[in-house]
Amino acid sequence: MLEVRGLKVAYGGINAVKGIDLDVKRGELVTLIGANGAGKTSTLKALTGLHKPISGHIYYNNNEITAQPPFRLVRQGIALVPEGRGVFARLTVEENIAMGAYSRVDREQIAADQDRVYALFPRLAERRRQLAGTLSGGEQQMLAIGRALMSRPQLLLLDEPSMGLAPLMVHKIFETIRAIAAEGVTLLLVEQNARLALEVCHRGYVMESGTITLADSATALLSNPQVRQAYLGE
Amino acid sequence: MDIFLQQLINGLVLGSIYALVALGYTMVYGILGLINFAHGDIVMVGALVTLTVTQALAGSGLPAPVILLIAACAAIAVCILLGISMERVAYRPLRRAPRLAPLITAIGISMLLQYSAALIWGKQYMPMPELIKTDHYAVAGAQFTGLQAFIFLLACAVMAGLLWFIKTSRIGQAMRATEQNPDVAGLMGIDTNRIISFTFLLGSALGALAGVMVVLYYGLGHYFMGFMLGMKAFTAAVLGGIGNVPGAMLGGMLLGLIESLASGYIGDLTGGVLGSNYRDIFAFLVLILVLVLRPSGLMGQRVSDRA
Repeated sequence: MLEVRGLKVAYGGINAVKGIDLDVKRGELVTLIGANGAGKTSTLKALTGLHKPISGHIYYNNNEITAQPPFRLVRQGIALVPEGRGVFARLTVEENIAMGAYSRVDREQIAADQDRVYALFPRLAERRRQLAGTLSGGEQQMLAIGRALMSRPQLLLLDEPSMGLAPLMVHKIFETIRAIAAEGVTLLLVEQNARLALEVCHRGYVMESGTITLADSATALLSNPQVRQAYLGE
Repeated sequence: MDIFLQQLINGLVLGSIYALVALGYTMVYGILGLINFAHGDIVMVGALVTLTVTQALAGSGLPAPVILLIAACAAIAVCILLGISMERVAYRPLRRAPRLAPLITAIGISMLLQYSAALIWGKQYMPMPELIKTDHYAVAGAQFTGLQAFIFLLACAVMAGLLWFIKTSRIGQAMRATEQNPDVAGLMGIDTNRIISFTFLLGSALGALAGVMVVLYYGLGHYFMGFMLGMKAFTAAVLGGIGNVPGAMLGGMLLGLIESLASGYIGDLTGGVLGSNYRDIFAFLVLILVLVLRPSGLMGQRVSDRA
């Protein structure tokens, strides 16, 4: 579904991603783990068109999508839950969710999907008229995920969904991620919490200073001594 | 008392014009973080186009309202075209550049417009043909004209429409989303470049309308008129909280009132040393006070809620 070949991303002369290959097959849950500054977020930004790569190719459903603007990619079914959630703080919860469906025109289906998001996150339903900026971090993360689902993505990219959340909330978010995957959405998950990510996903890539150093099944990575030492704190 | 009421009426009319122009500054600032110093000159172009069309049609025998309507439409069309091209040609390539670059560009565009206007229309004052004899009305010792009432009511209606549009329409929501976080707005499927173009379109149309009002009200136009008007409208936008749409409306009205009232009383207060020709100092006094005492403006957001 997603094929990345030789992707290089630079920010103001600093090479954040130094030529990586990456594949995600339809229906898979894939995680990209690594330390801060390894280039994970830069990779996602290039995949969603937020930042133009300096070289390399990105194919989605066998079409090249390299450097297409984000609004075109959403219409093809790629959604990103950005790092730090990126909710519209001065729009209400309801308006945020409506923005998620901006690229769609099928009103009845949109209403039905909105109800599904509220069913998935009852907390959001309670707060639908509140400004998103007044929500807690966990609620904002729920909102960011719910909003991304409103575009009916085939491929959902999540950037550090657990960042800054209390353990209970992290648990809840990962439960939701599983539920989304169970509905047939393909997932690429960027996480610092490597253990949780590997427990949820089928396959994983380990990223270190802009290159992919390991690629294997999640179970193999969980028992890999290198990974255990560097990312699982053992 | 009658001076007070009179200046109140004058202030509301002046404030209506300031508010319409201030909206152009504030909407562009909200979405791009750019102070578009050329916006006042858009108003000037709107005013001069109105004058040209009116002068050309004045002897045509068409009824005055029709002439004015044609002139206003021409002014709005020219200004929209100008505003959109300005963004496309000058500001868009600098979107990711350091903030100083687009700011200096804006000043450059402002001069370009001024001196192009001087070439096209000349440097002399252009008079507005007198098309309509305005009626005078009296209330409690003060007077106002039908034209003043028309300007005030039209401005209020346009601003109410704008608020409603931004609040409820699809494009309005996309504008608010883009203003808050352009990257994420793109992720929602919003073509942010189109939204930015549209913002320039709206601002320029409002500016053109203000230009029409200015020539109707003062009966004159000049290639340099956009400078002072733009500076004052910018002050109004800062007073209301730059980036805040209702703030620009409030700021414009308040600045108009402050300026009118102050110039009405300045002669008495200074014992005749300063006359109402010093009216321009009040706007900038307000600007300095706001920047010192409340830089975020009356309705401006605190930086912290831009999470």
